[in-house]
Amino acid sequence: MEIKSQQKPLMLRVEKKIMESKEFATLFFKYPLPFIPGQFVMVWIPGFDEKPYTISFHDQDGFAITIEAKGLFSKKAITLDKGEIVGIRGPFGNGFTIHQNKRVAVVAGGCGMAPLAPLVETLDQETIFIQGARTKEFILFPDRFKFEPQYCTDDGSFGHKGFVTDLLKASISSKKNIDIVYTCGPEIMMHKVFEICEASKIPCQVSLERYMRCGFGVCGACVCGKEIVCKDGPVFESQTLRNMKDFNTKALLKSGKAVDLPDYFSWRCK
Amino acid sequence: MTVPFIGKQLKNRTVLASGILGNSKDILERVHEQGCGLVTMKSIGPEPRDGHKNPTVIDLGCGMINAVGLPSPGYQDMEEEWAELESRNFPVNASIYGGSVEEFQRVAKFVSAKGPDFIEINISCPNSEKHGMLFGVNRQSAHDVVSAVKKVIDVPLIAKLTPQAIDIGDIAKACQDAGADAICAINTVGPGMVIDIEAQMPILAFQKGGLSGPMIKPVAVRCVFDIYKAVTIPIIGLGGISTGEDAIEMIMAGASLVGIGSAVRYRGINVFEKVAREMDEWLLSHNTSFKEIHGAAHQQN
Repeated sequence: MEIKSQQKPLMLRVEKKIMESKEFATLFFKYPLPFIPGQFVMVWIPGFDEKPYTISFHDQDGFAITIEAKGLFSKKAITLDKGEIVGIRGPFGNGFTIHQNKRVAVVAGGCGMAPLAPLVETLDQETIFIQGARTKEFILFPDRFKFEPQYCTDDGSFGHKGFVTDLLKASISSKKNIDIVYTCGPEIMMHKVFEICEASKIPCQVSLERYMRCGFGVCGACVCGKEIVCKDGPVFESQTLRNMKDFNTKALLKSGKAVDLPDYFSWRCK
Repeated sequence: MTVPFIGKQLKNRTVLASGILGNSKDILERVHEQGCGLVTMKSIGPEPRDGHKNPTVIDLGCGMINAVGLPSPGYQDMEEEWAELESRNFPVNASIYGGSVEEFQRVAKFVSAKGPDFIEINISCPNSEKHGMLFGVNRQSAHDVVSAVKKVIDVPLIAKLTPQAIDIGDIAKACQDAGADAICAINTVGPGMVIDIEAQMPILAFQKGGLSGPMIKPVAVRCVFDIYKAVTIPIIGLGGISTGEDAIEMIMAGASLVGIGSAVRYRGINVFEKVAREMDEWLLSHNTSFKEIHGAAHQQN
């Protein structure tokens, strides 16, 4: 069978569901998709809505998405059970550029672990792996990886009390030569990671999120500066981020109105 | 060499179709940099509007179906965008829509004062409950809305028409008589519907949507052909144009400029420079010019 990306929704049944915590669910599907870590699919719940999710597991037989219950769609999506049907379009976008043989740091915040997980699984080399969340309960995929992450939580309930950026800074200042940093998490966190990398002249790749419609770069709903997040991203490299004036500042609402990022995120979580 | 179009100079004959990208000055500028002669903003409406729920856009391979549903911050809430556009170094076409002649007029007057190079009135969108298409299928309504808008704006007016009109040439003539400076044709075809047989329901949340891309090109070419026969004002021809040869065909039907939308999906955002270059190459290899082939398909008629 030829493995190709899907344009019309491919209707698939949920093969398995894992509740990672009260608010995180991973839905598994049995279907071979072409895939580069960091790419996303559009997930349609018939009769309800359709939203983008990055792929959090992938092998030759299938894939999974991991959902954090935040807004109307995700709260509905985590209630889907085995056997229920959803439509999948994609994968879309550009994923992470993977550098084997380089010294890599992976910095994940909260549900930002989802797109980074398949990336971590492709890495053979020694890796600095930093994972943070609000509390212990929000640490995604503990015990999944062959690398033990350095954990941190906002409340100190697990690992270091503080932010992933504290741990990244510590790694950099302990003269660990890092060649590249991959990050996904809240945009403010990714921006901090980017700034730290810039100060140390380390290239970094971040995975951005914006409201999306088409998924393939025509409708313009997800534009961020001159970039089209669904098509040029969602993963962007330092070189692009330097000139992306909406990074960590602005995002478009569904109407196309550009607003400050906190206003955008509070709308998304309604 | 630039292309004259209603008093402005464009760098080539390609136009970004309304509703494709066009959400901010930054992205319009990028489309311009990628070779587009005239970029069109997303349609601006009388009120803030979210558009429809997803799915809103589906690629069918032979083209797309969409019912995005005219999202707009509303004309009164775009000050930052206008401020940014003020410093632009490229021409902009502002698309507008309304649910009544009065709404069209109110939006148009406001937008005109913001200094776009052209105003395009969208009297042809199939994807809203009440906006647009109604005006484009009736000669009197088309005349009324064009003449009302023309009275209150200081920039050239382009009327964007729907292929659903029974006689699109007649509608175009009504627009010209009412003072339109150019015609843009066509908006999406349909509306059509795609049902997912597993889900047993239409895929689009709005159920119906407009068709675009390669599958509609013959309809678009026929419409432009009919319009060219009926009017003397210039025509922006669009609908399924992906290549220089498609553009040449549209010019032979009577178009002066060619719009590109769905082909951004099929050939990338730099489709504009590709199509412009391919047009030039075709003209050169056939030892001919725009002037010689413009409307050439009408010679035998």
